[in-house]
Amino acid sequence: MVKHVVLIEDEPNIIEAISFLLRQDGWQVTTHSQGDGALEAVREAAPDLVILDVMLPGRSGFEVLQELRQDPGLGNLPVLMLTAKGQARDREAAERYGASRYMTKPFSNSEMLAVVRELVA
Amino acid sequence: MLSFNILVLVATLYVGLLFGVAWAADRRARRGQLGWMRSPVVYTLSLSIYTTAWTFYGAVGSAVRNGFEFLAIYLGPTLVFVGWWWLLRKLVRVGRSQRITSIADLLSSRYGKSAMLAVIVTLLAVVASTPYIALQLQSVARSFSAFASRGGTGIDPPDVNVTAFWLAVGLAVFTILFGTRSIDVNERHHGVVTAVAVEAVVKLVALLTVGIFVVWGIAGGAGDILQRISAADLNTASASGNRWVALTFLSATAIICLPRMFQVTVVENSDERHLETASWAFPLYLFLMSLFVLPIAVVGLAELPAGSNPDLFVLTLPIAHKQEALAMLVFLGGFSSATSMVIVAAIALSTMVSNHIVMPLWLRMRRPTAEISGDVRDVLIRSRRLSIAAILALGYGYFRFTGGSEALASIGLIAFTGVAQMLPVLVGGLFWRGATRRGAIVGLLAGFAVWAYTLFLPSFEGSWLMSADTIANGPWGIALLRPQGLLGIMGVDPLVHALVWSMGVNTVLFILVSLVSFPSPLERMQGVQFVNVFEHSSGQGPKGNVAVEADDLLVMAQRIMGNVTALRLFREVAREQGKGDGLPDPTPEFVDRLERELSGTVGAATAHAMIGQITGGTTISVEDLIAVADEAAQIMEHSAQLEAKSRELARTARQLQVANEKLRELSIQKDSFLSQISHELRTPMTSIRSFAEILRDSRDLSDEQMRRYSGIILDESIRLTRLLDEILDLSVLENGQVTLERATGRLSEVIDKAISATVIPGQDARLKINVSEEADKIEITTDLDRLAQVFINLVSNARKYCDARDPRLQIRVGRDEDRIVIDFIDNGSGIPERHREIVFEKFSRLSDASAAGSAGLGLAISREIMRNLGGRIEYLPGQGGAAFRVTVPVSPPEPSHGVN
Amino acid sequence: MKEQVSPQFLDRRSYRRKRLIDAARLLPLFGAVLIFQPIPLLFIPSGGGAVTLAVYLFVLWLGLIVSAFLLARRLGRNAAAD
Repeated sequence: MVKHVVLIEDEPNIIEAISFLLRQDGWQVTTHSQGDGALEAVREAAPDLVILDVMLPGRSGFEVLQELRQDPGLGNLPVLMLTAKGQARDREAAERYGASRYMTKPFSNSEMLAVVRELVA
Repeated sequence: MLSFNILVLVATLYVGLLFGVAWAADRRARRGQLGWMRSPVVYTLSLSIYTTAWTFYGAVGSAVRNGFEFLAIYLGPTLVFVGWWWLLRKLVRVGRSQRITSIADLLSSRYGKSAMLAVIVTLLAVVASTPYIALQLQSVARSFSAFASRGGTGIDPPDVNVTAFWLAVGLAVFTILFGTRSIDVNERHHGVVTAVAVEAVVKLVALLTVGIFVVWGIAGGAGDILQRISAADLNTASASGNRWVALTFLSATAIICLPRMFQVTVVENSDERHLETASWAFPLYLFLMSLFVLPIAVVGLAELPAGSNPDLFVLTLPIAHKQEALAMLVFLGGFSSATSMVIVAAIALSTMVSNHIVMPLWLRMRRPTAEISGDVRDVLIRSRRLSIAAILALGYGYFRFTGGSEALASIGLIAFTGVAQMLPVLVGGLFWRGATRRGAIVGLLAGFAVWAYTLFLPSFEGSWLMSADTIANGPWGIALLRPQGLLGIMGVDPLVHALVWSMGVNTVLFILVSLVSFPSPLERMQGVQFVNVFEHSSGQGPKGNVAVEADDLLVMAQRIMGNVTALRLFREVAREQGKGDGLPDPTPEFVDRLERELSGTVGAATAHAMIGQITGGTTISVEDLIAVADEAAQIMEHSAQLEAKSRELARTARQLQVANEKLRELSIQKDSFLSQISHELRTPMTSIRSFAEILRDSRDLSDEQMRRYSGIILDESIRLTRLLDEILDLSVLENGQVTLERATGRLSEVIDKAISATVIPGQDARLKINVSEEADKIEITTDLDRLAQVFINLVSNARKYCDARDPRLQIRVGRDEDRIVIDFIDNGSGIPERHREIVFEKFSRLSDASAAGSAGLGLAISREIMRNLGGRIEYLPGQGGAAFRVTVPVSPPEPSHGVN
Repeated sequence: MKEQVSPQFLDRRSYRRKRLIDAARLLPLFGAVLIFQPIPLLFIPSGGGAVTLAVYLFVLWLGLIVSAFLLARRLGRNAAAD
């Protein structure tokens, strides 16, 4: 069975890199590049996993995460947060809002894949 | 033999001499030539009024009757003067610093200027002194008789009463002439004091001469006299026991409290240091006065016929031995003793009576019309004169009433006990701040009542007010209330009994009532002034005879109301009084008005007290009032300073808060700046790392994929580099460390260069740019490369963000005298108003959608460049699309930024 | 009151003056005790003869005068030197 992941990220090159890696690993990847409408995109795709960037145009990744956790249908969905701001404050915020895992950019491809696999296992 | 006429002649001549001395001294004093009149010797001699006719004649009588008792009368004052450091020093200082006029004035002013206390003390003094004055009249009259009874020739001696009458009249005239010549604020009478000093010498010389005559003329020298004393049946027990102690205590009290002694010791004192001399010289005077008392007594007892009056031994011994000249000298000595005492006592008493009884009554009766100060002065002098006459009349009346039958000494001791009632109140007032007016009044009245009941009234032996039966058995036969045996205490000497009871009741009530009552503010103020007199006053006392004048009032008013207000008030009143530019007279209206004005500043009670003190008397000196006013001013100034300081502190605190706020903002800005930089660096690095790993790890990539991914890595690397360049550039610009390279060029060339720099090769240049022709005509001198950088940023922004279907950029150029304005206006949707401020901030990308590869530092850098070029860049609202205006000065700015 | 605020260690002259004042204060108390004769009465219950008593009192008196004179002179000179 093909696992489905939704990638919410605004940087085109990073989208391309992550999409390439996941597809190679046998994932079905849906991308969304804005904070606005991210929730709807997730609900529509009904994925096994969400990869969420913090700095998004429109609304921040934390806001998206918060709404996602409050949604009864999506509340238990594993979420991997990505951020370019490597500060402790952001890590704490991610944990508070209920991120399953948290990774700081730049990351190693294999590590990222390992985390993604672990989250859906 | 001396005839009575010669005696009268000599006495008259002597009085004439005294008149002359007093007159000359007064005249010198008024000319300011005080000289020897202010010497400690004159001061000491004037104190000798303590030794009256009672001691001059009566000491020998006392020695005959009671042995050594007469010595106690001298030893008490000796102790007081030897111990001057305790009491007299303070008393004199208080008297001088408070300008005290009498003992009544002292007590009343200590206890809050109490009029009632003054009246009580005055009445007490008059009652206690009247018999004493009578005693003096009696002794002089008797000495006349002593001569006359021996003289066979001449006119028959007149009635003793007549002699006493004319003596009283003469003394009244003398006292009025020299005691009321001027109403001096200090109540000093140089003429009288000088005359008294002369009399002091006469009586000492007289007594010493008699003594020498008796010892070496009648007896066989010192050895013989000692033998005679030894043989005489003198009462040696009299020099011990409670009566001895009581008499010493009484005489010590009397030298302080007797109104006439207070007059010469305190009021007439012109220099505090005279006390130093008097401390030993006055006891020496007393010593010499009593040295020959015992010899005269024992020789008189032996030589004179039995039944002779021992009170007159001093006079009758020379007469018996036909020493007429000596007898005359003795007569003059006794005469001096009596007259000097009466004169000073009359002055002291009349001052009290007129100041504390007559004047207050008169002022109350005539208050509405008492306007002119001269008027008051006349009344004061007249009331003094009347008081003197009245006091002598009283003395004469008492003499006639008692018929001259009393033993001399007992009257003296009764008077001493009466005035001793003032001692607790006086000493308490000087040393105890807690002493109150109520306590003083109650203590005095009680002591006075007990004295009258146990000693004064019984002394009439049933002939006046108190019956002999009451004296013997108590009123209504109640034995416990027997005047000379209160509560059944019998067998005690009546004098000691009265002294212990009156002083005991007096002191206990004074202390108890003082403890439970509460003093008025003025009382407390005066209490401090008296008790701590050595901290509040200098030894010199007030300079000159400073009568209270408008000057004093002005000085005080200035201290309290301020110079301008006070002067305006005084000038206004002076004009109303028709005095032009001078100072106004202190009329009652003016004083009332001043008091009202002052009460606005210091409160009604204080103003009343201050004005009352200045105009009404001498309780507090003007200097003290000024000190109070100064203190108040200092306190006000101090609190104003404190207020200013606290305002300043509050200001500083606010400034600190602002600075702190700014620092906090800066810190937040720095954090967010670092956070932004981190984000901007990590984002390209993520792509670079990810694709680098893909290229390394993935074996089955197509050539096209490999080329594409390598291209991404390259682009992101360039982005990183550019980002770092921009950050460095911004840092340099912000710190003002940039070096500007000025050059002159055509504006159109700069714009063209910028436009061509923004064209990315191989990309379709959709944006249509239109530059106004003005640009060709404008030459500009500035750092052309930097200006081009700003233009590049603006044009590339328009390329990136202009969202119109057919994007256009209009570049308009204009200039006025000193600056060039370049506007960049596109036809897109523009920047929303809420973002117009933040577009110039660092990392302020509004939307990332089409801005990949931009760090959002462009406008921030542009702003810093324009600042360095002396111009500015701002958003230009209302132009349809996004519009920026760049303003550059025509002339180059001072190269200050480059230098710094 | 003043003594409390003044310095505890005084120079020699001030110290001397304070002791002079002490003496001036003590002199009348000393005199009173001797005038009231509690000590002579202890030894001579009858008070002694008239001459003895007279000489005692007059000599005592003169002693007080001389002491007062010396104290006043030294106090005056001391104050004048201030």
